[in-house]
Amino acid sequence: MVPLTWYLTLAAFMFCSGLYAALGRRNAIAVLMGIELMLNAANINLIAFWRYGVTPVENVDGQVFAIFVIAVAAAEVAVGLALIISVYRNRKTLNLDELDILKG
Amino acid sequence: MNNASLELNIVALAPAASMVIFALLVMAVDVFARGTRTQPVRAATPWVALLGVLVTAGVCVWLLGQPVTTFQGMAILDRYSLGIAFVVLVAAGLSILVSARYIPRVNAQVGEYYALILLISAGMMMMGAATDLIVVFLALETFSLGLYILAGLRRSDAMSSEAAMKYFLLGAFASGFFVYGAALVYGATGATQFEQIAAMATNPATDLTFIYPGIALLIVGFGFKVSLVPFHMWTPDVYQGAPTPVTAFMSAATKAAAFAAFYRVFLVALPSQQAVWGPALATLAVLTMTLGNLAALRQSSLKRLLAYSSISHAGYILVGLAAGSIAGVEASLFYLLSYAFMNIGAFAVVTLLEKQGEMDADGARLRGLGQRKPLLAAVMAIFMFSLAGVPPFAGFFAKFFVFAAAVQGGMSWLAAIAMLNSAIGAYYYLRVTVVMYFNAPDAETVSEVKSNWPLNVGIGVALAFTILLGVFPSLWTTLMESGVVTALALR
Repeated sequence: MVPLTWYLTLAAFMFCSGLYAALGRRNAIAVLMGIELMLNAANINLIAFWRYGVTPVENVDGQVFAIFVIAVAAAEVAVGLALIISVYRNRKTLNLDELDILKG
Repeated sequence: MNNASLELNIVALAPAASMVIFALLVMAVDVFARGTRTQPVRAATPWVALLGVLVTAGVCVWLLGQPVTTFQGMAILDRYSLGIAFVVLVAAGLSILVSARYIPRVNAQVGEYYALILLISAGMMMMGAATDLIVVFLALETFSLGLYILAGLRRSDAMSSEAAMKYFLLGAFASGFFVYGAALVYGATGATQFEQIAAMATNPATDLTFIYPGIALLIVGFGFKVSLVPFHMWTPDVYQGAPTPVTAFMSAATKAAAFAAFYRVFLVALPSQQAVWGPALATLAVLTMTLGNLAALRQSSLKRLLAYSSISHAGYILVGLAAGSIAGVEASLFYLLSYAFMNIGAFAVVTLLEKQGEMDADGARLRGLGQRKPLLAAVMAIFMFSLAGVPPFAGFFAKFFVFAAAVQGGMSWLAAIAMLNSAIGAYYYLRVTVVMYFNAPDAETVSEVKSNWPLNVGIGVALAFTILLGVFPSLWTTLMESGVVTALALR
């Protein structure tokens, strides 16, 4: 069986890639993709901890949490893409560096 | 989740449910009025929403009493959660009054706006009631998703949509941290419910390796929501770009909701790790107060000024959590309530200073307001004094209680830094007053104020309570006293 540390390493790697994309990319959609990676990294953690965790496998808290995260992430993408469209209509760009009216 | 007993106690969800029912009602009124083209009916949406807020407040008063857990201990209705619900209701009610004539100017979709305010408030109430990390996450996202939409309410406006975009990206980013942190805490303790986490965290057999990065990530997640330095960079942009009533609502209610869950997670689920998070939060409080106040000194836009001021207020409130005592929680609740009245009041005055078609006002517009509009200037001055913490207004006692709790908690140094910061803060709040009374009016000064009665009522209520809570702080403290004890009895 694959040991827990492998899952955790994978999740940490995914989280860091997501973080890198969210901080480093200038395109709003790429940033959104990075954020999705971060959420899914957390999901891997939740499921791995549920399977190998302190409490018995019958206690499905981790699974329930992961399902909620998936559902909420979907809602988040819906709102996020709507906002991205709204910004694009106003500014004709999705480059975050060019969204700079608000500053000071 | 405890499978042994299947207790639902749906009544414990009554406050949030009542808000959701009224949100649906608002949407129904809006849709039917649209079909018949009866403008007067459609104009009723704010009043339906306000009725919802009042009915929910009634439900909350009716429910005051013994704590009731619901859904197998995933949420609780106690005096603490009801206290947070009151703060959220105050913020929602005042914002609805401020919005009544403002939102139609900004966006034609009036019904959705009020429905969203009510739905967001329901999510915020659940933040106060949550006793499980899953519920905290759900409530957090419920209110955040709504707020992203409200920030971008003025769809044709580049500033509004930019604010919404920035808020969304940083908010979603913060959720990523929160969920990862929650997953690590779950991994260390095998539980998502606060009491069980606390029990496992004190059990010497538990391997706590993952709980420390978990705590750090939870702090980052909550830190974004309550805008602690260094997670505050979205705050001024979003506060400036969002429609002013939305900013008012968001500044007061989001703080209450996010701090509510922040407190409960750390004081109920993780009290055994206080040696770790206590100093970390104290450091963040110092950074937040100091940098918030210093940045506020050089703002010319009133909304940005209030945004940086709200960052520094988040720092003061955090002092209450860093104190980690019952007194700290009580003090913070009082702070959140007074902050709702005085800050929404200040934003309501800002809406009166805005030019047609704009959603922000420059500080220069205040010049000589004391001569042109003495009453408005006096009201603004009172809100500024209260925010600065001058007695006898609510803001003074709010600060006093929080700092006293810090001293009792053995954090005198933190209280001292907080007091120094209040002095810095007083400079820019009083500068607003000076500009109003000691500068001569010029072309920039607002000469004509288009007031309206709902806004006046809103400002009046905010003003009355800013003064009342300052003169009789016991009004609130006696109501809440037993409540906080209940919240912490879960330890």
